[in-house]
Amino acid sequence: MKFGVIVFPGSNCDFDTFYALQDVVGQPTTFLWHKDHDLRGVDCVVLPGGFSYGDYLRSGAIARFSPLMQEVEEFAERGGLVLGICNGFQVLLELGLLPGAMLRNKNLKFLCQFVHIRIENDQTRYSCRAKKGQILKIPIAHFDGNYYAPPDVLRGIETNHQVVFRYTDERGRLSDEANVNGSLNAIAGLMNGRGNVMGMMPHPERASEAELGSRDGLVIFQSIISRWT
Amino acid sequence: MDMIDKKILNNHNLTQGEYDLIRSLIGREPNLTELGIFSAMWSEHCSYKSSKLYLQKLPTKGKRVIQGPGENAGIIDIGGGRAIVFKIESHNHPSFLEPFQGAATGVGGILRDIFTMGARPIAIMDSLRFGPLSLARNKSIMDGVIAGISSYGNSMGVPTVGGEVYFQNSYSLNPLVNVFCLGIAAKDAIFYAKTGGAGNSVLYVGSKTGRDGIHGATMASAEFGKETEHKRPNVQVGDPFKEKLLLEACLEVMAKELIVGIQDMGAAGLTCSTSEMAAKSATGIEIDLDRVPQREEGMNPYEIMLSESQERMLIAAKPERVKEVQSVFAKWDLDAVEIGKVTEGGQLKVWFQGQVVVDIPVTAIVDLCPAYKRKYEEPAGPVPGAPQRGHPLPKDLGQALLKLLSWPTIADKEWVYRQYDHQVLTNTMILPGADAAVLRIKNTKQAVAMTLDGNSFYTNLHPKTGAVIAVAEACRNLACVGARPVGVTNCLNFGNPEKPEIMGQFKQVTEGIAEACSSFGIPVTGGNVSFYNDTEGVSILPTPVLGIVGLIKNYAKTVSPGFKKEGQAIVLLGENKEELGGSEYRRALYDEETGPPPAIDLKKEKAVQKLCLQAIDAGLLQSAHDISEGGLAVCLAECSFFSREKMGCRVDLRDALRPDDLLFGETQSRIVVSVQVSKLKKFLSLAAKKKVPAAVIGKTGGKNLRVSQRGKKLLNIPVGQAFQAWKNAIPVYFKIK
Repeated sequence: MKFGVIVFPGSNCDFDTFYALQDVVGQPTTFLWHKDHDLRGVDCVVLPGGFSYGDYLRSGAIARFSPLMQEVEEFAERGGLVLGICNGFQVLLELGLLPGAMLRNKNLKFLCQFVHIRIENDQTRYSCRAKKGQILKIPIAHFDGNYYAPPDVLRGIETNHQVVFRYTDERGRLSDEANVNGSLNAIAGLMNGRGNVMGMMPHPERASEAELGSRDGLVIFQSIISRWT
Repeated sequence: MDMIDKKILNNHNLTQGEYDLIRSLIGREPNLTELGIFSAMWSEHCSYKSSKLYLQKLPTKGKRVIQGPGENAGIIDIGGGRAIVFKIESHNHPSFLEPFQGAATGVGGILRDIFTMGARPIAIMDSLRFGPLSLARNKSIMDGVIAGISSYGNSMGVPTVGGEVYFQNSYSLNPLVNVFCLGIAAKDAIFYAKTGGAGNSVLYVGSKTGRDGIHGATMASAEFGKETEHKRPNVQVGDPFKEKLLLEACLEVMAKELIVGIQDMGAAGLTCSTSEMAAKSATGIEIDLDRVPQREEGMNPYEIMLSESQERMLIAAKPERVKEVQSVFAKWDLDAVEIGKVTEGGQLKVWFQGQVVVDIPVTAIVDLCPAYKRKYEEPAGPVPGAPQRGHPLPKDLGQALLKLLSWPTIADKEWVYRQYDHQVLTNTMILPGADAAVLRIKNTKQAVAMTLDGNSFYTNLHPKTGAVIAVAEACRNLACVGARPVGVTNCLNFGNPEKPEIMGQFKQVTEGIAEACSSFGIPVTGGNVSFYNDTEGVSILPTPVLGIVGLIKNYAKTVSPGFKKEGQAIVLLGENKEELGGSEYRRALYDEETGPPPAIDLKKEKAVQKLCLQAIDAGLLQSAHDISEGGLAVCLAECSFFSREKMGCRVDLRDALRPDDLLFGETQSRIVVSVQVSKLKKFLSLAAKKKVPAAVIGKTGGKNLRVSQRGKKLLNIPVGQAFQAWKNAIPVYFKIK
């Protein structure tokens, strides 16, 4: 399965994501330059973390106008797999491929730490190798990860089981303390109605090797690959 | 009558003697732009005129050294065709005037120093000093500094992997922000600040030039008074996004071998980069200011030459490569403008609106600034390690420990670290807060460890001993993760060098660093001196900060400070003594900063470190943590806090010392390790062979921290309670109401 990692100006988890996919997971991976109009025949497009365009104006707000985004939208339209991690998630929200928006973290500070997330739906392209209720230990690193959606949109997301992960404590319990950034319904990861586009604030590429403190993120990449034929 | 009068000289921080020398060097009266150039380049910050004589005594040689002091950063060979490039820089004065931008541009500046040499920066650490948090002003400075570091480093995608934060009164009006950065380069693809010979093109790349930061270097070389607020426009404004693009574009033109030399525009901007590049290659350089990209209208030559606008570089390239260089920068949406040529002879010649506005020899600017042997008075402090009469023993030693754990200098700094992205680049093996940061090198078994250290309470009481301890403790921190030291960078923060007592401190500190680094056999490959850390007549404590880098051959063997499993033996390496002078215990409980600091014996120190390293190599240790501020009790508590389960311990000490000395004394050359019971015998016999005192003091496990002395209880507190005291102390000051 071929992965493509988009490089926006200011992306800074592009190398890490590339390394996790190619060197750790062992899948052919290529960088995709934001100014091109070519997805180079990849099977899954990954929008990595970072500060695209410096996150000026609003996180992800400028990157959504990058030339390559036109192809990404068409690719998603055709049912192609699109994964946004952290800043990539913010870009997907700005692009309208996923519903909702991100606000500043509730403590108004950048937060970099390990958190625990609970698998809410194990019937997705991104979580099918995990079990519902399973807890992943995985790092976050963001300033704007406080998920927001208007009440009716939020209801729709929940009814359609679009929430893939929620922030919990290490035993899978919801709490204000565990919901570090203040996201509505503790949403940490979310897919579109069709299930081919997913965004998540935590960084699975940072939790792919034991020496870095956790391999829990691997299940996400493995899920993507497992359903590929 | 000269146009340049006393007032102008004062504004430029130049003495009459210096001015006379300038006149004789150029054979005429300088114009104002030329005077500005000399003022910046001959400032303490750029010229090291007060410190040069002493810095020459530091050991700088070693078989791994590729580049010692004098370049943008030091370079050490780590084998496998790789080199590490690292340096520390201060940004103290700007961080006082404008904490966020001051600290942010401090990060930006040191990052450029690293990537200008062809290295990709992989880690940042900061050494920070603030006044007490009980004052609102200090809180806002700290809040701004942390946010500034976080904003710049995070956006650049370079992890901030640790550092240190201390609090003391003398930093109230003079915070210290020292940033240490490390990068990795291919050994055969290192770039230097050189012009490569006459005829080469000179390119300006990066952000446009504005009026920000004019005379930043001169500002950083003077004391501050009450009217210092006016100097705020001297602080530069950072744009990390631009710098990220600059980083990628520079590394790309280097990888494609399109350029000859490169120098960042840091302090003294265009002036420093042009003249230094030319001086190092024994050429001249000629530039046309009309071609310099400018973001403000009507800038004059003085302003353009001395602007310290951030995110700019100067490149020398063969003329036939210029187009290719420009196309790489265009890809990253950056300016790359040919502004001049490398020339024969040795003049810096600057054109503006068709006229020559500067025409001076580059060597005069770069190399001929006078070096001063300033008057000094060596402090006659108490003899380190000497006994000292103490206060009565506190009734409740458990309470005393809780007080220490919540003392800001000792308390958990997670509130700080979690604002920094410390995991980007996916190399960070040990999270911030441990003895040293450990970064694996991808596709190898090797890891680099980094640490920052400097206890200014000790240096204040006895500068030389304090400096020796700073080096020793930094190396001990490395030993605790299994790393052998390979190189040193130092940031020397002091008051006004024109005061003899400050110069005396400086002399002793450099002697101490020289002695300790020689003893450890580690070269100093560069660093930074920050003088004039005085505000309203108050000098900071003498604060040397040592950044030491170590190597780990096989990172699978690295050890962290937290206890690992219940029932393992706790062993104390080294000896306990009565040394409470200069301790955090004295400061936290009695508000005292007096007394003799702890003594240090480098022979014993090295033996302890060697044992720790060998034991880690042999896989005998489960954890290792050095005893430093707060003494043995704080060290044990931290071993519990860093364990996954917040595991307690039961310790019984055999020494016949007073309990407060025993628990909180800061005697050097001690490490607490935990060992599997099955490996204990082997470890103890290794210690005996190395003649290192190693006492089995207890066992890991339980929910409490229990310490007794010859069976008599000293303290017994739940780990949870101690942890809360340690963890909540700093956030409490910054609660959003």
